[in-house]
Parts: sequence; structure tokens; C-alpha cells
Amino acid sequence: MLRDITLGQYYQSDSVIHKLDPRVKLVSTILFIISLFVVDHIIGYLIAGLFLAVVIRISKVPFKFMVRGMKSIVVLLLITVIFNLFLTPGEALVTIWKLKITKEGLRIAVKMAIRLVFLIIGSSVMTLTTTPNNLTDGLESIMKPLKIFRVPVHEVAMMMAIALRFIPILLEETDKIMKAQIARGADFESGNLIKKAKSLVPLLVPLFISAFRRANDLAMAMEARCYRGGEHRTKMKPLQYKKRDAAAYTVVVVYLAVCIIGGRILPGLIDINGIFGR
Amino acid sequence: MGIIQTKKLVFEYIRRDEEGNVEGITRAVDEVDLDVSQGQFIAILGHNGSGKSTLAKHINAILAPTEGTVWVDGMDTQDEEKVWDIRQRAGMVFQNPDNQIIGQVVEEDVGFGPENMGVPTKEIWERVEESLKAVGMYEFRKHSPNKLSGGQKQRVSIAGVIAMHPKCIILDEPTAMLDPNGRKEVIRAVRALNDVEEVTVVLITHYMEEIIYADKVFVMDRGHVEMEGTPREIFSQVEKLKSLRLDVPQVTLLAHELKRNGLNIPDGILTIKELTEALESLK
Repeated sequence: MLRDITLGQYYQSDSVIHKLDPRVKLVSTILFIISLFVVDHIIGYLIAGLFLAVVIRISKVPFKFMVRGMKSIVVLLLITVIFNLFLTPGEALVTIWKLKITKEGLRIAVKMAIRLVFLIIGSSVMTLTTTPNNLTDGLESIMKPLKIFRVPVHEVAMMMAIALRFIPILLEETDKIMKAQIARGADFESGNLIKKAKSLVPLLVPLFISAFRRANDLAMAMEARCYRGGEHRTKMKPLQYKKRDAAAYTVVVVYLAVCIIGGRILPGLIDINGIFGR
Repeated sequence: MGIIQTKKLVFEYIRRDEEGNVEGITRAVDEVDLDVSQGQFIAILGHNGSGKSTLAKHINAILAPTEGTVWVDGMDTQDEEKVWDIRQRAGMVFQNPDNQIIGQVVEEDVGFGPENMGVPTKEIWERVEESLKAVGMYEFRKHSPNKLSGGQKQRVSIAGVIAMHPKCIILDEPTAMLDPNGRKEVIRAVRALNDVEEVTVVLITHYMEEIIYADKVFVMDRGHVEMEGTPREIFSQVEKLKSLRLDVPQVTLLAHELKRNGLNIPDGILTIKELTEALESLK
């Protein structure tokens, strides 16, 4: 069950999306997320959904990998939906005891759910098609201007790369420790919330100790391989924009424009709300 | 002067209590003299806590000696300016394969060392290709290290070191966490490296069967070098090895027991083939 988190899991394939420059993918993901929050109409979400579907298709990553990432936010999603559903004031649709589902609430709940789902899937597309090393290279390159403000850009990028690499290893370890503790009679399932939280202590303590030990080993291994920060460092895979990157930028910008027009401006101009129901 | 030389090397771990007062001093390495020449295959053998890993970390300038000196390729490891040259010349492979692989893809990990050294991009690719081929992992270059077996991961770690073009490579119990097949894989890769590329190898281990190919063996106990010689010389002293809590390969042990019970066979038999030959010549 702990292996279900896809974040930071690279899916090997040879699609165009995989080959794109990481900077393109980063910027595109950010633009995609922006588009989700700019759009305010069903047409916009249809456009976003279509765009996402096409990108997933091209990326050749099986859809189930993206869905797996969703599982981790189900709780967050439910809370958002329920709160919006019941706590938005307005015209009541259904009344259960003292709670009422309003028309406005339903609309906002659906909107938020779609936004969250698209947001997670969209960023999964990026992490699934980009190796973390590549991703951090991209981040490092995009954030380079921050060096003027003495932000340790290279170090932050390196930390992120390492964190991403160790997520699956630490998950596996958590699984192992959990099984070992269950074998010795530990109970992670029953009891109330406080009891459950307390039962996590025998899981977290060994996990932290082992993480620190790993960190120590890794630091030594990195030093042994001449790592001394970002200076004097060359790149095995230097970032270079190619033609397809320019094309991808164009596609994303066009998409954003279409999204804004179709999902925000157009519905305001023509009154089609009656037909589609904002 | 050899590629690695130590003179009266001493290293002490100082244990402190919470207030920082010295509680006790442990001498992990005690007056060790070592001389390794270029191209040799050296094995360092010892029980847990014998100081063999501490000794290894000195060769890579990860630890600095408390007393005495370590030279790597003529450079003193205490010379701050030479640290990076030393680490490039004496590469190091550690015990846990998961804790030393930095890249998310095999080839990126192998390229990590050359990147740090400032090697031009084109040359990094050449080095990555040649080192992955040297350990037989070239077809896995696009794989994620998480999906490899322990032996394969260790071979990737070795490739990562070779890509830095070291003169010598120190392996600190590289097989301790592997299954027997993985152990064989790694040892085969290390031997090929020594034979073909003529890289000096220092193999630290407590598995006896891994040292029979070494040119010279050092046996350590409580920080001292207790025995020194060719594998054959070491294995002829079965009783002494036992007193140092070390196991002897089964064949050697059998030959030793047979000899003790009156059979006329030579000392220090290392392989099954040698024992059968010795037994046949008795007829």
C-alpha cells in the first residue's frame, strides 16, 4: 500500500514528452496549473481535460500510474468537496437535518474537485516523464537568477534530487519496519486517533534513525566521489533547447490562450450559462 | 614508493559524554605500515571492529590520521589542497549499494563523479560508456537503480568509481550485503578490472573465499596488522586464523585436518582442484 505514491517515480519510455527539455515541462506544468484556476466555466475544464488526455496519450505512460498518485489525496479531496458542499450559503437543493446542499455549494465543490484532480494528474505527468536529476537540472537552470540574492540554487536542487531518489527507498523501509513491528504484535489499525498516532512512534523512531544513517553514508559516498558543491562542475546532460521545445512552448501558450478565451472570456460575453450551467 | 603507503598510521575515536568530556579513547588503527604498489590486488581481512574500514577511509582522505602519515600516489592525505586529487586517484566503493547511488538512472549515477571533477560533457559520455562496459552493465544504462539486484547495484557503484579514472580502487566490504550470486558477480568484475585495466585494488572483506585471488593479504585484528603474505601463506596458518576468529575456506580446512591426521599433503590448499591433485599424488 505504501508503494502507491507515484510522486518522484520515473516511468521509462521514449515518447516526445520524455525527450522535452525539463524547463519546458516545468513551465508548462505551472502554466497548466494557472489555467486551471483562471478557468471558471465547464468549457474551460473540457479544454483542460482534453489537453491533459492528449498529453498523457503522447507520453505513453499508462493511465493507471497517474491514478495511483491520486490515492494519496483522496482524503484531502473529500474534505474539500464536503466542506464546499455543505458550508456554502445559497439556494438549498437538498436538506438533510440541519445541513443543506446548496446549488452554489455543489458548483464550487465540483469545480474544486476537478481542479485538484487535474492538478495532481498534471504534475504526475511531469514527474513520471522526467528523471528527478533532469527535473532538478531544470529547476536549477530556471532559478539561476536567484543566485544574485545569494540563494544557494545548486544546493537546493541537489537536495531535492536526493530527496526524490530516497522516497522509494524509505517507503520500502517503512514497509519493512511496519511488518517487523506487526510480527512482534504491534497494532497500527485499531483504536482511536490518539492511540493510532501513538502506535506510529515505534515506526517513526527506527525510520528516522535509519534515514540519518543513510544520509551519513550518502554524504560520505558523495565526498568520496569528489562532490564539492556547484562550482567547477560540468554537466553530463547540459540543457539545450531544441526545435521540439519551441514547438511545445507554442502549444502550451496556445492552450493557455484557448483556455482563457473559452473558459473565462467567452462565457462572459455570450450568455450561454443557461445552456451549460456555469 | 608505492601507490598507497602508510607509515605508523594511528587513528583514535574519542568518545565524549553529553558535556563533551572525554569518556574514553578507542584506537581503531594502531601503527599500521602498508605499502601497495601499482597494479596489485590487495585484500584486507579482519573480524568486525578490527579497524579495516577505518583504515580504508584514510586512503580516500575521508578520515585524517591521528598520528603517522598516509601517502596516495606520493601525496600526503593531510594536505588540504590535494584532497580532491587524492579522491580522484583512489576511488572508493562502500558496503550499502543503496546509500551510494545518487542518480535516478544508472548512466546519470556513473556520470556523477566525472561531473564533479569538471570533465567536459563529451568525455563524460565516453567515460560512462567505457566504465559500464567494463563491469558488464552497459545494457542497463537507462534503468532505474531501484530495480536492479544488489550485485548489479554494486557493479554500478564500481563503474561510478572507474569513470573517474582512478589509479586505485578501495572496496569496503562491497559484498557484505549481497547474496552468493551477487558476491560472485562483484568479485568477477573487480578481478577483471585488476587484470585488464591494471587498476590497483584494495579489497576489504571478511569472506575468505574472496581473497584467494589476491596478490597479498593483510589480516587485521584490533587495529594491528597481525598477518601479512600471499593467500597461500596466510591459509597455511589455520590455527592462527581461528584464534583471530576468522573462518577458513572449507577446502583449506579439510586439507588442514587431513594433514593433521597424518596425510602427507602441502599446506595452504586453496581450491578443490588443488586438493584432489594432492590426494591423487598420494596414491
